[in-house]
Amino acid sequence: MSAVGLHHYLILGAMLFVVGLFGIFLNRKNVIIILMSIELILLAVNINFVAFSKYLGDATGQIFTFFVMAVAAAEAAIGLALLVAFFRTRATIDVEEIDSLKG
Amino acid sequence: MSVPMPEINLVPLLPEIVIALAAMGLLLAGAWRDKESGGTLAGYGAMAAILLAAVITWIGADVKMGETFGGMFIADPFAAFMKMLMYAGALFPILMAWDTLHRLEMRTLEYFVLILFALLGGMIMASSGDFLTLYLGLELMSLSIYVLAGYRRDDALANEAGLKYFVLGSLASGLFLYGVSLIYGGTGGITFTAVQEAMGAGGTTHLGTRLGVVLVAAGMAFKIAAAPFHMWSPDVYEGSATPVTAFMSALPKIAGFAAIYRVLPGAFASLHEQWGVILQFLSVVSLAVGALAAIPQTNIKRMLAYSSVGHVGYALIGLVPGSVLGYRAVMVYLAIYLFMNMGTFALILVLGRDGIGESIQDYRGLAHKRPVLAAIMALLMFSMAGIPPLAGFIGKLHIFMAAVNAGHVGLALVGVLASAVAAFYYLRIVKILYFEQPEAAFQMPVGGFSGLVIAVSALLVLVWGVQPGRLLAWVEWSVTPFM
Repeated sequence: MSAVGLHHYLILGAMLFVVGLFGIFLNRKNVIIILMSIELILLAVNINFVAFSKYLGDATGQIFTFFVMAVAAAEAAIGLALLVAFFRTRATIDVEEIDSLKG
Repeated sequence: MSVPMPEINLVPLLPEIVIALAAMGLLLAGAWRDKESGGTLAGYGAMAAILLAAVITWIGADVKMGETFGGMFIADPFAAFMKMLMYAGALFPILMAWDTLHRLEMRTLEYFVLILFALLGGMIMASSGDFLTLYLGLELMSLSIYVLAGYRRDDALANEAGLKYFVLGSLASGLFLYGVSLIYGGTGGITFTAVQEAMGAGGTTHLGTRLGVVLVAAGMAFKIAAAPFHMWSPDVYEGSATPVTAFMSALPKIAGFAAIYRVLPGAFASLHEQWGVILQFLSVVSLAVGALAAIPQTNIKRMLAYSSVGHVGYALIGLVPGSVLGYRAVMVYLAIYLFMNMGTFALILVLGRDGIGESIQDYRGLAHKRPVLAAIMALLMFSMAGIPPLAGFIGKLHIFMAAVNAGHVGLALVGVLASAVAAFYYLRIVKILYFEQPEAAFQMPVGGFSGLVIAVSALLVLVWGVQPGRLLAWVEWSVTPFM
C-alpha cells in the first residue's frame, strides 16, 4: 500500500516547482536566491521527466533530463557571470536595488 | 538491447551547419588576433556566413526538403521563410551598427559570435520537430541574447538589463519545460506528431496535459513579449546598447512565432479551442498595453518596446482563428514588422551620434536639417501606424481580414481601436520631426552600411505597401505545411 508510485514523484516535483516560483516572486533580498530558485524549477522538471519516463517505460524522458541538466549548467554560468558584472558596477546584489530601469 | 538509429541526412541541416561552423571557427580564429582586427574579421565573417546560409536556404527551398534525425528536425517551406526573415534580422543589425559598434568599442569578436549563436538557436526553433529540439534552440538563442543584453560590462544599465532579462527569461524557460514534462506524461511522446496523435486519439485530454499546454503557451508568450508577459521588454530595450536592442526586437520574436506555429497548430491541433482563447486573451492585453503604455514614454527605445508589444498583439490576432488565412496573415505581418523595425533602429543608430538618440525630444526639427532622414523616419512611423498605402497597412489589413472571416469581429474591432490609439504616438514623432524648431545641428554622416539598411527597409515598406503581390505569393507558398 505504501509503495512509492508515480504521483508521489509528481507531487514532489510540483512542490519543488512551487517553491521555486515563490522563491523568485516573494524573495526581496538576494539575486543568488533567485538563481537557486531557477535551479529548483529545473530540478522539478527533471523529477517529472524521470518519473514519467519510468512510468511510461520510455527512455525519452530520461534523455531529455540529461539535456536539461546540461543547459541548466550553462544557464547558471551565464547567470552568475551577469551577476558578477552587475555587482562590479553597482556594488550590490539586492533585488530591491535593481531598479534603475523603470517607467 | 540494440537501439535503432534513425536515418541521419545532414543536407536539410546545411544552413545551420554553416552558421554553427562559422561561429565556432571565428571564435577560434579570434584567438590569434588582437581585439581590433579580430572584431573586424568576425564581423565580416559573420556577414559572409549569414549570406551563405541565406543562399543555401533559398536554393534548398526549391530542392527536395525533408525531415531528418527521425523527425526531430524539419526543413520545410515554412522554416525556410522564417529563416530568411531571421537572416535579415541578424544581418541588418550588424550592418546598421557597424560604425556605432566601433564607437561603443563593441566591434569585438564575441559580439558577432553571440549574434551567430542566437541566430542558430532561432533557426533550430523554426525547424524543430519535437520539444527537445525546440527547447535546445530556445535556450541557445536566449542564453546568447542575455549575454548580448549585458554586453557593455562597464555600463550599469546594460548590466541591469542583462540580469533582468536573464531572471525572467529563465523563469519563462522553466514554465515552458514544466509544461513540456506534463505533456510528455500525458501523451507519452515529445515529437509534435506523436503529441498531436495522442491528443487527437484520446479525445478527452487529462487536466495535467491541459495545464502543460497553458504553461508552454505562457513560456512562448514570454519569448515574444506578449502582454502580460512583457514586463521585461521595456527595461531590457532601454538598458541594452542600441545595436543589441535592434537585434532583439526582431530575431527572438520571429523565432518565437515560428515556435508557436510549430507547437499550437501543430502539436496541439486538437486543442484549438483552448489555445485559441489563450491567444485571444494575450492579443487583447498586448494591444491595450501596446497602445496605452507607449503614450507617456519619453525614451524612444522604451516607446518602441511598447510598440513591439502592440505589434505582437496584432500578429496574435491572426493566429486565433487557426485558419490558413490567419497563418498567412501573421507571416506577412512578421515580414513587414521586421523591416519597419530595422529601418527605425537604423535611423536611431545613425542619429545617435553627438549624444542624440535616446530621448524622443532629441529629434526635434530633424526635417529642417536632414529632410531625407526625417522623411524616411516619418514614412516608417506612418507605416507602423498602419496608414495606407504603406506596408504596415497591408499587414494589418490581412490580419483583420483573417479575423473577420473566422467570425472574430470583436477581436478585429479591438485591433482597429488599438491602432487608432497607437497612431497618436507614432504621429507625435512625425510632429516632433517636422513642426518643431531644431536645436541640434544634426551633422552626423550616414555610413555606407547603415545607408543601405535604411534604403532597403524604406524601399520594402513602400513597395510592399503598393505592390504586396510578391510577398503574398512567397507567403502563400511557405504556408503549405499548414494546409
